[in-house]
Amino acid sequence: MTELTELTERPELTGRTRGPRGNSLYGPLADPSADAGYPAGHPPRVGFFTDTSVCIGCKACEVACKEWNALPVDSPAGPGDPAGPGADGDVLGLTGMSYDNTGALGASTYRHVAFIEQTVPARTARGVDLGMPGSGPPGADGDAGDATEVRWLMSSDVCKHCTHAACLDVCPTGALIRTEHGTVLVQDDICNGCGYCIPACPYGVIDQRKGDGRAFKCTMCQDRLGAGLMPACATACPTESIQFGPLDELRARAAQRVDALHAAGVSAARLYGHDPDDGVGGAGAFFLLLDEPEVYGLPPDPVVTTRDLPSMWRHAAAAALTVAGTVAAAFLGARR
Amino acid sequence: MAEAHPVGFQWVMEAKRRGATVIHVDPRFTRTSAMADLYVPIRAGTDIAFLGGLINHVLSTGTYFEEYVRAYTNAPMIVRKDFRDTEDLDGLFSGFHEQSARYDVRSWQYAGADVEASAGRRDELAGPPSEAGGPGGHEAADAEQAGSGGAPFRGTPTRDDSMQNPRCVFQVLKRHFARYTPEMVHEICGIPPETFARVADALVRNSGRERTTTFAYAVGWTHHTVGVQYIRTASILQSLLGNVGRPGGGILALRGHASIQGSTDIPTLYDLLPGYIPMPNAQREQNLTDFVEANAGDKGFWGDMDAYVVSLLKAWFGDAATKENDFCFDHLPRLDGDHSTFHTVMAQIEGKAPGYFVIGENPAVGTANSRMQRLGLANLEWLVVRDLNMIETATFWKDGPEIETGELRTEDIGTEVFFLPAAAHTEKDGTFTNTQRLLQWRHKAIEPTGDRRSDLWFYYRLGRRIKDKLAASSDPRDRPVQDLTWDYPLHGSGDRAEPVAESVLREINGTGPDGRALSGYTELRADGSTTCGCWIYSGVYADEVNQSARRKPAAEQDLVAAEWGWAWPMNRRILYNRASADPEGRPWSERKAYMWWDAEAGRWAGRDVVDFPATTPPDYVPPEGARAAAAIGGAEPFVMQSDGRAWLFAPAGLADGPMPAHYEPDESPVGNALYPKQRANPARRRFDRPGNRSHPEPDTAAAGVFPFVFTTFRVTEQHTAGGMSRWSGYLNELQPAMFLEVSPELAAERGLHHGAWAHVVTARSAVEGRVLVTERATPLRAGGRTVHQIGIPWHWGPNGLSTGDAANELLGVTLDPNVHIMETKAATCDIVAGRRPRGPALVEYLAAYRRRAGLEETP
Repeated sequence: MTELTELTERPELTGRTRGPRGNSLYGPLADPSADAGYPAGHPPRVGFFTDTSVCIGCKACEVACKEWNALPVDSPAGPGDPAGPGADGDVLGLTGMSYDNTGALGASTYRHVAFIEQTVPARTARGVDLGMPGSGPPGADGDAGDATEVRWLMSSDVCKHCTHAACLDVCPTGALIRTEHGTVLVQDDICNGCGYCIPACPYGVIDQRKGDGRAFKCTMCQDRLGAGLMPACATACPTESIQFGPLDELRARAAQRVDALHAAGVSAARLYGHDPDDGVGGAGAFFLLLDEPEVYGLPPDPVVTTRDLPSMWRHAAAAALTVAGTVAAAFLGARR
Repeated sequence: MAEAHPVGFQWVMEAKRRGATVIHVDPRFTRTSAMADLYVPIRAGTDIAFLGGLINHVLSTGTYFEEYVRAYTNAPMIVRKDFRDTEDLDGLFSGFHEQSARYDVRSWQYAGADVEASAGRRDELAGPPSEAGGPGGHEAADAEQAGSGGAPFRGTPTRDDSMQNPRCVFQVLKRHFARYTPEMVHEICGIPPETFARVADALVRNSGRERTTTFAYAVGWTHHTVGVQYIRTASILQSLLGNVGRPGGGILALRGHASIQGSTDIPTLYDLLPGYIPMPNAQREQNLTDFVEANAGDKGFWGDMDAYVVSLLKAWFGDAATKENDFCFDHLPRLDGDHSTFHTVMAQIEGKAPGYFVIGENPAVGTANSRMQRLGLANLEWLVVRDLNMIETATFWKDGPEIETGELRTEDIGTEVFFLPAAAHTEKDGTFTNTQRLLQWRHKAIEPTGDRRSDLWFYYRLGRRIKDKLAASSDPRDRPVQDLTWDYPLHGSGDRAEPVAESVLREINGTGPDGRALSGYTELRADGSTTCGCWIYSGVYADEVNQSARRKPAAEQDLVAAEWGWAWPMNRRILYNRASADPEGRPWSERKAYMWWDAEAGRWAGRDVVDFPATTPPDYVPPEGARAAAAIGGAEPFVMQSDGRAWLFAPAGLADGPMPAHYEPDESPVGNALYPKQRANPARRRFDRPGNRSHPEPDTAAAGVFPFVFTTFRVTEQHTAGGMSRWSGYLNELQPAMFLEVSPELAAERGLHHGAWAHVVTARSAVEGRVLVTERATPLRAGGRTVHQIGIPWHWGPNGLSTGDAANELLGVTLDPNVHIMETKAATCDIVAGRRPRGPALVEYLAAYRRRAGLEETP
């Protein structure tokens, strides 16, 4: 059993123990670009902080993204679609989900604004308390008895650019890479359309484009970053709901914003995806939410799907050794 | 605002971040409501009752800004003895003529002074009064309000600065609004007293010396038969609270789309010349002197109207305009009646208007009673449509709704349609003028493709061709075209050559005797030595620099950011900013300091360009006989008004009352709780004819045929009548189909299912859409009953990537009497599950509805 012991002590396969390159597959990892082999002096890790408390649901992010990345219209009757407009006028698909007719992120949709209509307990007169600076998004709490009011949450979702990106881990061709900016990128000239990345993503972000076969997702506008520009969505956002910048700066800013909202009585405000100790080692794109993540269609506790890969390999190896040992024993026994 | 002006709304969010309270009052819960600290649902069409309630609150609790009100508003002015209020006359003001449904406004004036109506009407009053029926069978033109000007004024009104005289404006106003109580607001608007109290409290606490409140409204406020009075009510409230002419105050009019402000400044309106100078009237022989005499005031900046008009004529007619020929004043067209858009369309239907230019507008979808619009289009000799896409206005003759119903046949339509593809804003140079009067230059980003051409290209070439055609004419009526200056430097080559856009802006700015660009309108002269295409824009090309192209980042400037673009007039960012200082010229408070009198320097100082004669001290008293700017007293900030004051009571200039009164919309499910004998605005313009019938009065036997209220609206993802958005895949996937917003309660009552089809019916038409059942829509209690409101977006039509019925099919044409804007934001209807009938069955379906409503004889 000596060999087995040696195997389990190999740090790059256990993940849970710090090896020479740190937590490559799970746990806090300060610099995923360095982990991927970029030399010192590579650009800082950048990301998105999406503050949904100031999202007005204008969808400028969706349109700017599609324009910049020249993405197809998500429709059976998009430009060039031979099917043409449907007979009943419903050519592009009214979902009935409030004003969200996008539905989900996908191979042609790198930004998705969710609209959630809720009936909640009515706020108190806090909203017109002029003494209090800052604040005041939907979701501020207070007791107004049994009265209810409607609130409309809006939130622009995007690829999380995980610290531990399972899509990247499982990609057999090397099409999915960690960039020098710490983001996760599909190289569409290398992707062979195997689709392994799709079930690997704990958020259901990446998808295969129909009629093309390859996988696509948010690039964080890699082709703009190199030119010193912000991603198209953050540039278009009129209310700074989508903020782009070095991830540590964004995390600090987000913490302040949450504190300010809490101080203003919006106790439901919370961050999502900011924590390096979470299941994906912290997301490169994280959010300020005003309700539980599930409300926005986000998994409450996502875990990188390759976290257990080392232990799976370990068990597989153990099983293989056992089989080999049994077979060998059988042969040896037979000889006897 | 978040829905239709998401980019501008960033500043609301910025204000909110800095502690501002945002209150949203709207019949619908929109994206703006989602961001607001307080959302107040209101029954559509009842805003005057709500705002009037706030006025009453401010007056009765004494929470108005007393010093400001006394010194800067017309509260102390005494009104004529024979004035009668709606309180005295059961909902009418004095001077109403039943037969013509018009007011004689004379009894509304100040005692001891004649205040004349503004702009066009002002001119009209200079001659013999005409009630209606000008030449050519047109109605007499109503007052088109002078956007930047008040009503001119002669004499000295009597005043009581203690504001105790029962006939002073303050007391008149107090009595007028006394019955606008929170209970009345509840009864009419459906707003509970607690909610009303929260709004009133927030408003009062956030106004005064230390704080200011802003009102922002979008075009929806104007789309009522009392639209002008909506804005008047807000103006009165803001004036009482001291929120005008001060930073963070004012009333922000969010216009319908880009540069609509520009298209009123340099108007596409039939009754105005550039810079809100009225169009001369045909009803009297009139020369330049008479015209100026009739229209300019003695006092204030309108007092120099002669210089503005002469400079305009010099810009247009160049050397041909001389002192001897009255600077070609006779070349100007003369107004012979009401040629506003709806009158024009009715004239088309009657065969009296053979040709039509439709530019960047889609009336076959975007205008109330679109069927009426199409019937007009079908009765033309020629029609020119310039647009980005093949809009319904250009294709009505082959696939319009009337072709489907069989009411029109393509082979019977004689209209020759010229469709000219237009360049988009990214494909041409020019300015946008936004709601704060800010001109921002945009540079052409790409060349227009194919046959698309800019407006400059089109009009320049059209003008050239007409001039060439008429060059040899000796007919005197062709002289204006022959004399017109049309000599712009061109750029581009061959077929694409077009005028340099800056050269047009420079012509608008004006030039002096030395041929150099002027630095502002105060340099204009009436002797023919200066030219200026639009006096209020003078200064936009000062120092021979395109000031509108300035883009100094906010971070490199102070809060006023005077070096971003250029604002008319004189790059002034806040109008009437003299009011930001007290009568002695000191800021009302340090916190709100903006402009102040610098005694040492002997001039006004501060953050902005002062909206006042720069060296007139606060204690200046104009000498007897002073005129124009010299007649403005040192403590009279409202320099465009002939009495220098903000008007709580409008002694002239309005067609439907000197003060706002709550009237129900032309169609409403309830009576008028405030004035039971006058349900709707008595002076509204109605066109009771087949195809444009209004629904039965409430509480009549047939009222139940159309029991619900509907209001039309816009969503962020689409744009107006769809010409710019329905052909864009990226936008249409976001908002892909016509829908109808209803409350769960209404859905239950009418058997409507989320996502299924339903159709809305009025006497005019029926339109269908998918049902969106949403908690955002809530029924209100009003007039002792439940009122259901249906929200209907008006972007769709039969053409484009996403198609649907046009909401404007449902609406009739009933107009505000001041500015002829139609009522689209409140009307009544029925809603039925399932799709609407099609083809000839639709015609019969609608006729049956009308018969049930008593609007059509049984055959």
